[in-house]
Amino acid sequence: MSTLRMGAAEIAAWQARVPRAFGPTPRGRLLRALAGVGFLVWLIGTLWWFEVTPQRMWNGLNGLMVILRLMVPPSPGEQWVEILKGLGESVAMAFLGTFIAATIALPLGFMGARNVVTNTLFRFSLRRVFDGFRGVDQLIWALAYVRAVGLGPLAGVLAIATADIAVLAKLYAEAIENAEKRQAEGIAAAGGTPTLVMRFGILPQVAPIMLGHALYFFESNTRSATILGVVGAGGIGLQIAERIRVRHWDEVAFIIILMVITVAAIDFLSGKVRRRLIGGR
Amino acid sequence: MNARIAAQETAFQELRRQRHQATVIGLLVLAGCLALAAWTSEFYPSSLAAGVPRIGEYFARITPSLEWSALFAGVDTEGSLAFWFYRLDAWALLLFETAQMAALATLGGACLALLLAFPAAKNLGAPAWAYQASRRLLEATRTVPEIVFALIFVWAFGVGALAGILAIALHTGGALGKLFADAMENVEMRPWDGVRAAGGTWFEACRFAVLPAALPDLLSYAMLRFEINLRSASVIGFVGAGGIGEELYKVISFNYYEEISAIILLVILSVMAIDLLSERLRRRVIEVVA
Repeated sequence: MSTLRMGAAEIAAWQARVPRAFGPTPRGRLLRALAGVGFLVWLIGTLWWFEVTPQRMWNGLNGLMVILRLMVPPSPGEQWVEILKGLGESVAMAFLGTFIAATIALPLGFMGARNVVTNTLFRFSLRRVFDGFRGVDQLIWALAYVRAVGLGPLAGVLAIATADIAVLAKLYAEAIENAEKRQAEGIAAAGGTPTLVMRFGILPQVAPIMLGHALYFFESNTRSATILGVVGAGGIGLQIAERIRVRHWDEVAFIIILMVITVAAIDFLSGKVRRRLIGGR
Repeated sequence: MNARIAAQETAFQELRRQRHQATVIGLLVLAGCLALAAWTSEFYPSSLAAGVPRIGEYFARITPSLEWSALFAGVDTEGSLAFWFYRLDAWALLLFETAQMAALATLGGACLALLLAFPAAKNLGAPAWAYQASRRLLEATRTVPEIVFALIFVWAFGVGALAGILAIALHTGGALGKLFADAMENVEMRPWDGVRAAGGTWFEACRFAVLPAALPDLLSYAMLRFEINLRSASVIGFVGAGGIGEELYKVISFNYYEEISAIILLVILSVMAIDLLSERLRRRVIEVVA
């Protein structure tokens, strides 16, 4: 056994050869400590800047507890017809907005695809425009459209459509770029015009993918359509914002539960359709 | 021979007719849904015809009137960039505040997610009640949009950034918690067995067997979430919960046309810049940790 035990000199020699095996180096330790201190300074600094004090947190949590207690039991209140109408409006806004976005994104996607449009400059600038649109949140579009076309679900439909066109067009362009080339070449070789190549060579390949994307966006838009009403763009968001304003917390809880159920139902339905589309081929 | 060809021909025609019928029915259902949706959301041709010119007018008003000759002139010259961004200092501060809000919210949400992810990972064998409770809690906080949380928190914590931070953090906790739990379910279980066999408690096994293996994934998810939260933080001010959103809401409501485009441009640019930076940083951090 004793032969296995190293002498102090041997240990020192090994430590000189592979210092990392003996724990972090002094420099590493210092860096780590500095990073920790820097993080703490940042955390305390920002918390101080946002005036987050234990007192304020405590008061806020107390207030939250009161609100939570008032939320039980959830009740639909007297205007449950309005609530249901708002919910329907939200789903309708999401459906119509996604449909419009997908319809407009289809030609844009073909224009943005490398294997369809060979003009690099045009394609590159189109892609950058898509990126720019993506940076603007749906709520900002909704607020702008409310100013332009007035309060109501129309602004919501337009906001959903505008915000999604760019993202869908990008996804469609990628799907088209990934399509098998041979079908398109075959149609071109048989004398098909570029339009025919797109219609019969590329579209049948990418249509299920595109529909899948559109359905996926419908699901996510149902979520966002429930809050667009907060800025006046129609749907259930308006109802919930109004009830929070007058502090009818039991009705707020009812609407939140209803929202969650609707979103889950739409997810379930759309997921089923999506699986059928993909599995049906 | 002829009879077989004829039989095949009829079968083919039959199949074709069936597909044709399915397409027609599908299109009819789609048209019905569209008509219903258009009717519900007041998407009438008349309102659209009245609205579209106003949309064009609105966006024309938002675009700044820049002039080439005066593009780089001072703040007082109309048509210059400085005139367009005449409150750049205030907006930059608000943007910085928004980024800090997103960072704090991501940190808080990640802490919450980490706490809930251990019981919510199926392979770690937490008691059934803890598993169910943590999974349901994550689901609930993930499904409710952060704006709704913000609306409620503004009542409880007062108007300001704190309400926004907490709202985003809560939603982030739900979204990240599920991803964290899924990442933990994918780790190698042999270190876990080793720690347990050596007499380590459940907490020690979580700390020394699961966390080191899952950490690169967790960090990657958290930093991706930071980018998403930056977008949310830029609009959460619409309901009075701090950040650049409050200013944006004000200029849109008061129709300060050129300021709208200036702020939106700033938001887009900063989101793009942070996306790029954070992608680099994410790769570095994961390299160092892994």
